[in-house]
Amino acid sequence: MESTLKEQPASETQVDIRPPSSLWRDAWIRLSKNKMALMGLWFLILLILFALSAPIIASRTYAYDKQDLSMTSAPPSGRHWLGTDVLGRDLAIRILYGAQVSLAVGLAATIVAITIGVLYGSIAGFIGGKLDSMMMRFVDIMYSLPFTIFVILLMVFYGRKFVNLFLAIGAVEWLTMARVVRGQMLSLKRQEFVEAAFALGLRRRRIILRHIIPNMLGIIIIYATLSVPSIMLLEAFLSFLGLGIQPPMCSLGVLIEEGARNMEESPWMLVFPAAVFSLTLFSLNFLGDGLRDALDPRASKD
Amino acid sequence: MNPFLQIRELKTHFPISKGIIFQREVGKVKAVDGVNLELQQGEILGLVGESGCGKSTLGRSILHIIRPTSGQVLLDGVNLTLLEPEALRSARKDFQMIFQDPYATLNPRMTVYDTLAEAFRAHFKVKGNAIKAEVVQLLGKVGLPASALNKYPHEFSGGQRQRIAIARALAVKPKLIVADEPVSALDVSVQAQIINLLAKLCRELGLTLIFISHDLSVVKHIADRVAVMYLGKIVELGPAVTVVERPLMPYTKALVSAVPIPDPVLEKSRKRMLLTGDPPSPINPPSGCPFRTRCPYAIEKCAQVVPPLEDFGTQFAACIRIREIQGLESVGSSRAG
Amino acid sequence: MATPLLQVDDLAVSFHTRNGIVRAVRNISFQVNRGETLGIVGESGSGKSVCCYSLLRLLPMPPGRIESGKAIFDGSMDLLSASIRDLNKVRGKRISMIFQDPMTSLNPYLKVGQQIMEPLLIHGSTTKAAARAQAIEMLKSVGIHDGEQRMEAYPHQFSGGMRQRVMIAMALITKPDLLIADEPTTALDVTVQAQILELIKKMQGELGTAVIFISHDMGVVAGFCDRVNVMYAGKIVESAGTQKIFEEPQHPYNKALQKSIPSLQQKGKELFTIEGLPPDLAGDLRGCPFAPRCAYAVDYCRRDPVELLETRPGHYSACLRVQRKEITLQS
Ligand SMILES: Nc1ncnc2c1ncn2[C@@H]1O[C@H](COP(=O)(O)OP(=O)(O)OP(=O)(O)O)[C@@H](O)[C@H]1O
Ligand SMILES: Nc1ncnc2c1ncn2[C@@H]1O[C@H](COP(=O)(O)OP(=O)(O)OP(=O)(O)O)[C@@H](O)[C@H]1O
Ligand SMILES: [Mg+2]
Ligand SMILES: [Mg+2]
Repeated sequence: MESTLKEQPASETQVDIRPPSSLWRDAWIRLSKNKMALMGLWFLILLILFALSAPIIASRTYAYDKQDLSMTSAPPSGRHWLGTDVLGRDLAIRILYGAQVSLAVGLAATIVAITIGVLYGSIAGFIGGKLDSMMMRFVDIMYSLPFTIFVILLMVFYGRKFVNLFLAIGAVEWLTMARVVRGQMLSLKRQEFVEAAFALGLRRRRIILRHIIPNMLGIIIIYATLSVPSIMLLEAFLSFLGLGIQPPMCSLGVLIEEGARNMEESPWMLVFPAAVFSLTLFSLNFLGDGLRDALDPRASKD
Repeated sequence: MNPFLQIRELKTHFPISKGIIFQREVGKVKAVDGVNLELQQGEILGLVGESGCGKSTLGRSILHIIRPTSGQVLLDGVNLTLLEPEALRSARKDFQMIFQDPYATLNPRMTVYDTLAEAFRAHFKVKGNAIKAEVVQLLGKVGLPASALNKYPHEFSGGQRQRIAIARALAVKPKLIVADEPVSALDVSVQAQIINLLAKLCRELGLTLIFISHDLSVVKHIADRVAVMYLGKIVELGPAVTVVERPLMPYTKALVSAVPIPDPVLEKSRKRMLLTGDPPSPINPPSGCPFRTRCPYAIEKCAQVVPPLEDFGTQFAACIRIREIQGLESVGSSRAG
Repeated sequence: MATPLLQVDDLAVSFHTRNGIVRAVRNISFQVNRGETLGIVGESGSGKSVCCYSLLRLLPMPPGRIESGKAIFDGSMDLLSASIRDLNKVRGKRISMIFQDPMTSLNPYLKVGQQIMEPLLIHGSTTKAAARAQAIEMLKSVGIHDGEQRMEAYPHQFSGGMRQRVMIAMALITKPDLLIADEPTTALDVTVQAQILELIKKMQGELGTAVIFISHDMGVVAGFCDRVNVMYAGKIVESAGTQKIFEEPQHPYNKALQKSIPSLQQKGKELFTIEGLPPDLAGDLRGCPFAPRCAYAVDYCRRDPVELLETRPGHYSACLRVQRKEITLQS
């Protein structure tokens, strides 16, 4: 008797199957259905575009450090849309420049932190044992170093360059990332689909890249969207100490800080930078949530 | 001829630890405790036994998915236990496992295509289109349509997932497969297809198969020999039909008498040999014979010696009282299967 | 007869996926009486689990969608349209479910003990200590005797069958009125299986629990169920008392299914299987869904709409030819 197990008839094999869809393409389709996430994405894109074109806008209106001494601490008006600061500088232009600096520091430092943190944490968690303990002790030691001293040292040795600022912040932020990722790695490593991949004879690198990291993306993204604003605040703090951005340059953090000092007499100095800052924050969060759901094929809304 | 697969004194123990910060070992689960087996190429061995007795762990230890605590596994003359990690990795092409819980063993973020293509790429150098053809063919073999390719595991029913897991194991064309309850989630017709497929692979390509199952009628049908496990040890071993129809060891008898019969009248009226007492804990197993705490024939002596797996002509069994019991029962013994 | 405990009418469930609309359950109706055991058997992928999940609204939505239907529980509450708050009062307490894949319903990061006690702590007013004692007791009755220690373990430290028993313990611990058991004993050996079935039967005797029992093991179905629904491609194709299903099949699919049971076949020969693949559930099916694989199919089977009709007293079949008395299927 012929085997009853039907092999696919030849015609079926030729049937054109849609190109295998990848996780990322599916994720994009799902993301584009999520209105809040899309709004967040658009706001961020607009903000980045505006921030990048700040020099062009400035060349037609006011330079960021141009002082209009006849109009110090002026409220919003036709000349200065968002008012001016204590030194008579146009607030709108300063917010654009500030956003540029803050976003650059926030995003770049987060990328640095994630790259180092994910690599470090996954290696420690995946290999485990002695190496894991050693690597994590190192993280503990780094944690216990006073952060300010660490940054001051960096800045003193390598100069107060802009690049160094986010390198310094990133170099500290990765510690938390590494811990988070290691914890995830430890629990994912025990999952049976990882065991199955291992039993299939896949190389470790592939198991980490294809099986473990995609399943950690949710947490990594959430962590990233949380750390961008916290890095922006950190930068404001450093600038306040005189270690970050040097005046007359500014960042959103610095502007908020200045605004808070003049809150009583000139509330616009606080309101406008703070509004941009919070909108950025919200957008990041919505985008982050949306990305997390989009990257999980099982995601469902109740 | 040398046996294709040799398992010698295999033991796998899991430490149990207590405490959060200062973990200390408080005992061991002796999941596999001294197993010896030999399989010829192309042979099908059925592995049955109580839930939790260590069948899956034995399967995993044989394939070195978990490193056994002690003992040796020789596959085609190669001692797997001594292989370096990289050598073991590439040797995995020859032996694969079909896992018990397919949902847990499929990556939730990979489509069926990715999962199967990855299996191919792990051990063969093939290009995109060739892979696609192979994958579609493989799906056909396990009875899934090509439209399954772009779906994620959660979009399938339990039985369909099981078939994806089977396809993944077959993808690398292994010589030895440990199938951990591969058909228990399938309806009887698909189950029959898969059993026919596995049997055909064994017959035609010399695939060696260890088939773990609770369904004695399936085991009897597909397997050449059956091994019965109890608490980490093999307690009976012999030709499938003999073991299922004329079991020697009291535990096997109880097992066989509990097999449900697909006939409502017979099923409701038949007598079972019900086991009294609790299944012992693998953490501190009873002394002597592991089954003695529930065995209707147990005597004092059973607590003193660990019964060896003895040859009784037709099959091997580990019980010191088999000859006496056979005398006791004489003719009217229970039959099932 | 009194009102049934559960009356399902015209239930249709589909999944709206990027590959099209998968119509997994296609307008089915059935009922479950108090104290009764209703078996559901059928093709893998025929919508058995989806049907039961949708009763408790546990489907992922989207992509899942309940297109139509009613499920009246206890004569008053429509499970499919009740508010989530009302549903939560019933779900897990008066109706509990044993899932097919243990790992989908056990949280890998929580200790087993916590998970078993949870239904008690949510619904009841038990103290933690009492819940703990009850949980250990329950573990014992499903055959896990070192409960004290096992309560502290994580699911991955359990064998497949032990995970399944943990789920059974979770489902039974609240003493539900209706138990939905989706292949509850697939990972259990026959002796433990017998013990669990005994336990459920005892509960039925004491509390009048009704059970919906999905299984592929025809032997278990034969011994355990009062009535059986046979499903194929999202539809119920045959429904009758257990004995009639086995002795006088009224649908070719049911007959073929029984022919595939291994214990009834000779060793060494290939097992009987049904040729061909089940239909793709994406899209409409014309005629009888089983027709392409059916040995008895004739032209009108592929064309005419099918319905589940009473062909003999208490015996329902969706086979057109049986309905027209053109064929009889007894062997
Ligand atoms: N999330 C989902 N998305 C798309 N399709 C789905 C989804 N879940 C289930 N399906 C489809 O619905 C159909 C019915 O599935 P269901 O799980 O009810 O089958 P089943 O009868 O329980 O089968 P088994 O016996 O194999 O468990 C299947 O064909 C499956 O592919
Ligand atoms: N990773 C682990 N850590 C600790 N104990 C474990 C682990 N894996 C399995 N065990 C224990 O080992 C014993 C045997 O488990 P195993 O999974 O091999 O049983 P099994 O025979 O396959 O049972 P089933 O038929 O229920 O699947 C069980 O008592 C189980 O709790
Ligand atoms: Mg197992
Ligand atoms: Mg199912």
